[in-house]
Formats: sequence, structure tokens, C-alpha cells
Amino acid sequence: MLTVDSLSVGFPGNQVLQDVNFHLPQGSFCGLIGTNGSGKTTLLRTILGLVTPDKGKIETGVGGIGYVPQKIQLDPFMPLRARDVVALGIDGHHLGVPLPSPSRRRAVDSMLAEVGATEFANRRVGDLSGGQQQRIMIAHALVRGPRLLLLDEPLANLDIRSVAEVIALLHKLVVEQKITVLLSAHDMNPLLPVMNQIVYLAHGRSVSGAVEEVVRSSVLSSLYGYHIDVIQVHGRVLVVAAVGAEARTTEMAHEPVHVTSIP
Amino acid sequence: MLSNFMINTWTVASLVAITAGLVGFFTVIRGASFAAHTIPLSTFPGAAAAVLLGVNQVLGLIVAASLSVIGINALSRRGQPDVATAMTLVMMLGLGTLCLSQISQYSQQVYALLFGQVFGISQASITPIAVIDIFAAGALLMLFRPLLLSSLSTDLLQARYLTATRLNLAFLIILALASAVALPVVGALLVFSLMVGPASAARNITSRPVLAMGLTVLISLFTVWTAIVLSYVTNWPVGFFVGGFGAIAYSAGRGALRIRRWKPSPIS
Repeated sequence: MLTVDSLSVGFPGNQVLQDVNFHLPQGSFCGLIGTNGSGKTTLLRTILGLVTPDKGKIETGVGGIGYVPQKIQLDPFMPLRARDVVALGIDGHHLGVPLPSPSRRRAVDSMLAEVGATEFANRRVGDLSGGQQQRIMIAHALVRGPRLLLLDEPLANLDIRSVAEVIALLHKLVVEQKITVLLSAHDMNPLLPVMNQIVYLAHGRSVSGAVEEVVRSSVLSSLYGYHIDVIQVHGRVLVVAAVGAEARTTEMAHEPVHVTSIP
Repeated sequence: MLSNFMINTWTVASLVAITAGLVGFFTVIRGASFAAHTIPLSTFPGAAAAVLLGVNQVLGLIVAASLSVIGINALSRRGQPDVATAMTLVMMLGLGTLCLSQISQYSQQVYALLFGQVFGISQASITPIAVIDIFAAGALLMLFRPLLLSSLSTDLLQARYLTATRLNLAFLIILALASAVALPVVGALLVFSLMVGPASAARNITSRPVLAMGLTVLISLFTVWTAIVLSYVTNWPVGFFVGGFGAIAYSAGRGALRIRRWKPSPIS
């Protein structure tokens, strides 16, 4: 469960979020959609408690929060196995060198099996593919059993197959364990089959609700402050934003891109 | 080689090697090699000032190392860490040049500070070096998991409500202490190689973090002990052998990793 109520966050000279509201019931799979710089990471960091809001409040319920940060550039020579990364999710904040512990090992093995990473558990994490690394980061975030999982652009720079695998894994966790997932992305299309909630950020403001309620021309036009068209092409959603004589297109996969002048 | 005079050498060199190995492991995996190069060189003016003022050299080293940590930490907040590190190095070397220009017995002192003088370790130096080494090693082992987590990602560390900047400052202080006490053994120019060489080799040999850290310490001990023996026999500087073994260890580690990662081509 997650409730964000009238949240405003700003830095000197930059109001990032303004009066953001949404509520996610337990077991929601929510996409946090917006272009680069729209405040997605700030919102996630505020929910985590790493950024102090100017006003508003956040309720996360019980059970703690798991967090998968933006893509980590892993040193391929880092002496760290996939299972070590997951184990750091249990006690990475504790002091001292970890001592061998059967219960710790069982928890790590169980989590690795949960995310389908048993076969590469003992491989150097820097040697893994992008999709495999994301599985490990998800296992790291979930190994302490949080009820809310925040993921910051986990699909960025992944190939199509890895994107599908990561989304399928997250969907399985939502269905089987009733975890609430809030996943930031600038492309909503891969999430459409599994997402039951959406929070759309633009210009620091937000709209939220079911996908079909939010991704509509009237709603997004109101959010952006100018006319927006929502077009469906072969099952994919495209947003076309016209500003004066100039048109800007976003497939939600990219920032608004100047493409051509449309009379 | 095992006379009373040499016992001091073996004792101090072993302590320095253990601490340098532990610190070096995190220096390498945190990508802090430039800081590990800068801080020992920045301690150089401290030693020169200690000679000039006639105070304990280890005290001078620690004061200079602390100043360099403060410099790196303060300047990093306002700009790029590598530029901040470089600026700290430049300022401290300038100060060292000034101090050295005031010392009359110039060449011998400079040589000892730059290249080390492990055979000249006095009985009185052992206790402060041992205390500082044990403190630095203990602090590093205590911070093992948070340092490992932040080496992976500072975001993951912050998500556990630990402050990355404070942890980095703590690491720099430990690095400064380890550098300060290693300087009389291997010299300002080659402390860096003792920290980076063994750790770079160990991380290529094993992917287990605790094992890699232990292996780093073993390679570091082997490097220092062998360097002392060869230096004793040949009368060549210890630093030369430490630097040489550092490079050999790194090359051997890369070779081991390449062999492990090698896969036969599917096309014969």
C-alpha cells in the first residue's frame, strides 16, 4: 500500500513536484511514467525518505520498502558474486565482516530461486547480462520481505527479451506475493499488459488512476497544458503533442521529439 | 637477516603490508586509486616539516595526511572528485617543496621519504605504527559490509539510510592513516603500488569478496617480505621491488582471469 498526499518537493530554483496525489492498494502494479527530468527519481527518493518534501505526506503501510536504483555501471572485475549482492540486501548496512550463517544462506538461495537466478548465483555479477543483473538487483531489494518495491528505470538499456523477462518476473511477484510495485519508466508500452495503475508525471504535476482513465487526450492535455493526442497503433500507445504550428511526438519511449511541422 | 635490528623491519613491514592490503582491497573496488596515489604523496610535506621542526615523523605524516583528506573532502563537495584530489595533491606538494627547501640535510631526507627506509626503523617507531595500523585495519573490517554495498551503488547504501559522504570520509581517513604509517617503509612514491597491485591481482583471481580481501593481504605480505629479502641481498631500494612485484601480481591476476574466462571458439 502506498499513499502520496499533496506532495510538493523543490530544490533551490527548481520546483520538481507540485501537489502530487495518488493511492496504490496492496498488490498494485503501477507504472510511474514521465519524460526525463519530470521528477520520477525525485518522487521515488522522497517515498524512500531520502528527500525531505516541502509539504504533503506519504504513507507506506507496514513491511518496509525495497528499492532498485537506476542502472548501475558494474565494474566487470568487481569481486562480488550474484549471491553476494543478494546477501548484502539482508545485512549490507551491518558492521563487521559477515560470518557463515546457514539461515542467511537459505534466505539468499530462496530469493535467488524466486527470481530465477539460481543458475548464475555463483557467477561474478559484472559478468552477467543486463537482464540477469536486474534480476539480482530485484532479489537484493526483496530479500528482506518488503511489501512495497520501488524500481527506478529498471528497463532502461535492456534488450526486448530482457525487458519482457523482468516485467514477467515483477508481475509474478505481484500476483503471488501481493507486493505493491511502483516502477518508473519513460516507455509505458511494455508495461501495458500487466500495469493496473499509472502515475503520469509532467511539469511537476501528476495524474493517476487506471491506465484507460489516465492515458486519454483530455487528461494529458490538462496535465501538459496544451493539446495532446493519444493514438493507438498496433497495440502501442503514442502521444502526440501539438504546440502551435509545431508538433512534438512522444511514444512515451522518448522525451518529446521535434519531428515536423504539422499545419 | 634475523638480527635484532632486522626484527623491527620485519615487524613494521608486516603490519604495514596487512593494513595496506586491507585498505588496498577497498581502494581498488571503490575506484579510489587516484586518492590512494595522492594521499601518500600529500603526506610528504608532513614528514619534511617534522624533520624541519625536529618532531616525530609519524606525527608529521598523520597531520599532512589529515590535511589532504580534509582538502579532498571539502573540494569534492564543490566539484569533480578527481579535480579536487588533483588540486589537493598540487597544494600539498607545493608545501612539501617549501619545507624541503629549508632542510639542510636535503638529499638523504628526500631519498628516505620518497623511496622508504625500511632498514632504518627504530624500536620507538614500532608502537605508534602498530597502534595506527591496528586501528585502521579494525575500522576497515568494521565497515566491510557498508563499504562493499557502497562500492556496488551509493544509492543502495542511502536506501539503507547510511550516508555515502560520511562513509567516504571515513574511508579516506583510514586510507590516510594506512598511508602515513606505510610511508617510512616503502616511501611516498611506492605506497600506492603496495595498495593497488596486490588488490588488483586478488580481485582477478577470485570473485568472493572476503576471500579476495584475504588474498590481497597475503599477496601484500609476500610482496613486502620478498622485497625486503631482495633489498637486503642486493642493496637495491625496497620500493623498487615492491613496485615490481605489484606490477607482476597485477599481470598474473589478469592472466588468471583471462584463462578462466577463455572459451574455445565454436568454429574449429
